[in-house]
Amino acid sequence: MPLLDLLSGSLLLCGAFFFFAGTIGLLRFPDVYTRLHALAKADNLGLGCILAGLALQADSMALALKLLAIWPLALIASAAVGYTIARRADRLGIVPWEKPKP
Amino acid sequence: MNLALAFDVLLAAALLWSAWRTLSTAQIDRAVVMFIVFGLLLTLAWARLAAPDIALAEAAIGAGLTGALLLDGLAALKRTDARRPARRTAGKVMVRIAVISVLGLLAGTLVTALISLPPAPIRLPAAVAGDLANSGVSHPVTAVLLNFRGYDTLLEVAVLLLALVGMLAVGLPPAHPGISRNSMLPTLARYALPLMVLAAVYLLWAGAHRPGGAFQAAAVLAAGGVLLNLSRLQAHWLPASRAPRLAIAGGFLLFLAIAAALLAHGGLLRYPPEQAGLLIVLIESGLTVSLAVNLAAFFLLRSTPENGQIPPATAPRESP
Repeated sequence: MPLLDLLSGSLLLCGAFFFFAGTIGLLRFPDVYTRLHALAKADNLGLGCILAGLALQADSMALALKLLAIWPLALIASAAVGYTIARRADRLGIVPWEKPKP
Repeated sequence: MNLALAFDVLLAAALLWSAWRTLSTAQIDRAVVMFIVFGLLLTLAWARLAAPDIALAEAAIGAGLTGALLLDGLAALKRTDARRPARRTAGKVMVRIAVISVLGLLAGTLVTALISLPPAPIRLPAAVAGDLANSGVSHPVTAVLLNFRGYDTLLEVAVLLLALVGMLAVGLPPAHPGISRNSMLPTLARYALPLMVLAAVYLLWAGAHRPGGAFQAAAVLAAGGVLLNLSRLQAHWLPASRAPRLAIAGGFLLFLAIAAALLAHGGLLRYPPEQAGLLIVLIESGLTVSLAVNLAAFFLLRSTPENGQIPPATAPRESP
C-alpha cells in the first residue's frame, strides 16, 4: 500500500510540475506559438499525470476508469484548439518569434 | 484542514479579483475573457460548497455558453467597429463615487438585515427529506425543481422563451461572414458530438437520483450545436425556420399541458405520487430538447444575409 501511495504521490507531483512549468511558459514566453507549446504540455502531460495519480487513489475501478477517460478527451480538445489558435495566428500574419541574432 | 481553508481564501480572493478585472478593464475583449475566468472560478466555488448541481449549470451555461455568446458578440462588434473609447471626466468620476456609495450603503443594509434575521421557523431540508419518498425521484434538488416548486421551473423556462422572443423582436444579427476554414475543428466536432449527446442523455437520466437534470443536459446539447455551427457542419438557422420554433415551443407546451391537466386533480403541478416519476421524466425530456434548442438559438438564429444567400453548410475544404 505505501508503494501505491508513493507512486500516486510522485505522479501528482510530476503533474504539478508540468502545470507550473506551463504557467511560467504562458507568462514568460515571447509569442503566441511558444505559449501554446507551453500550455499544451500542461494540458497533455500535466493533466495525464494528475489523473493517473488520482486514479491510483480511487476507491473503485469504475471511478479510476472514469478519471482516466477524461484524459483522451482533453488530449483531443487540446490538440484541436491549439492547432486552431496557431492557424488563426498564422492567418493573421503573426511571425513566429526568433532568437535575436547577436 | 488548514490547507483547505487556504485554498478557499485563495479562491474567494481570485473570484473578487476576476470580477473587479472584468468591470475595471477598458478593453472589452479582455473583459469578456476575464468574465469567462470568473465563471470557471465560480464553478470551483460551487463545487467547494458541495453544490454539484449548480456547479454543473454554472460551468455549462455561465462559463461555457455565455462565454461563447459574448465572444460572438465581440466579433460582431469588431466587424461593425462600434466601439467607442470611454473618457474619464471629473463629472463621470463624481457620478461613479455617488453610485458606489449608494450601492455600498445598500449592500451594508442587506448584510445587517441578513445577520439580524431570526432563524427560519421551518427546516426546509428536513421538509424535503420527509416528502422525498412521494416525489417520484430520489435526488432532492430534482424533487424541489420539478415537484415541490415545479411552477418556478415552469416560469424559468417561460423567461428563457421570452428572452428569445425579445431577440426576435429586436432583430437578429447577421450570420458570420467567414470563419477561416479549418479541417481540425470539424474533425473535433465529429468525434465530440456523439459523446456530447451521450453525456446529455446521461445527465438527463441521472437527474432522478444524483446531480444532473434537464438544464445541464440541455446546455451540453446546445454547446454541441454551437460547436457544429463553428465547424461549419451546421448552417445558421433563419428566423423563419420552423423546426427550431416547434422544438422550443414543444417542450414548454408539454410542461404547460401537464400542469393544466393536473389542475383538474387538485393543484398546479401537484403530481399523484404513483405517477410522479413518469411525469417528471416526461417533462424533463421535453424540457431538455426545448431548452437545448432555445439556448443554441441565441447563437444560431441569424437574419438572412443581404444577398439572400444562406451560409453554406457543406463539408469544409482546406484552402491553400
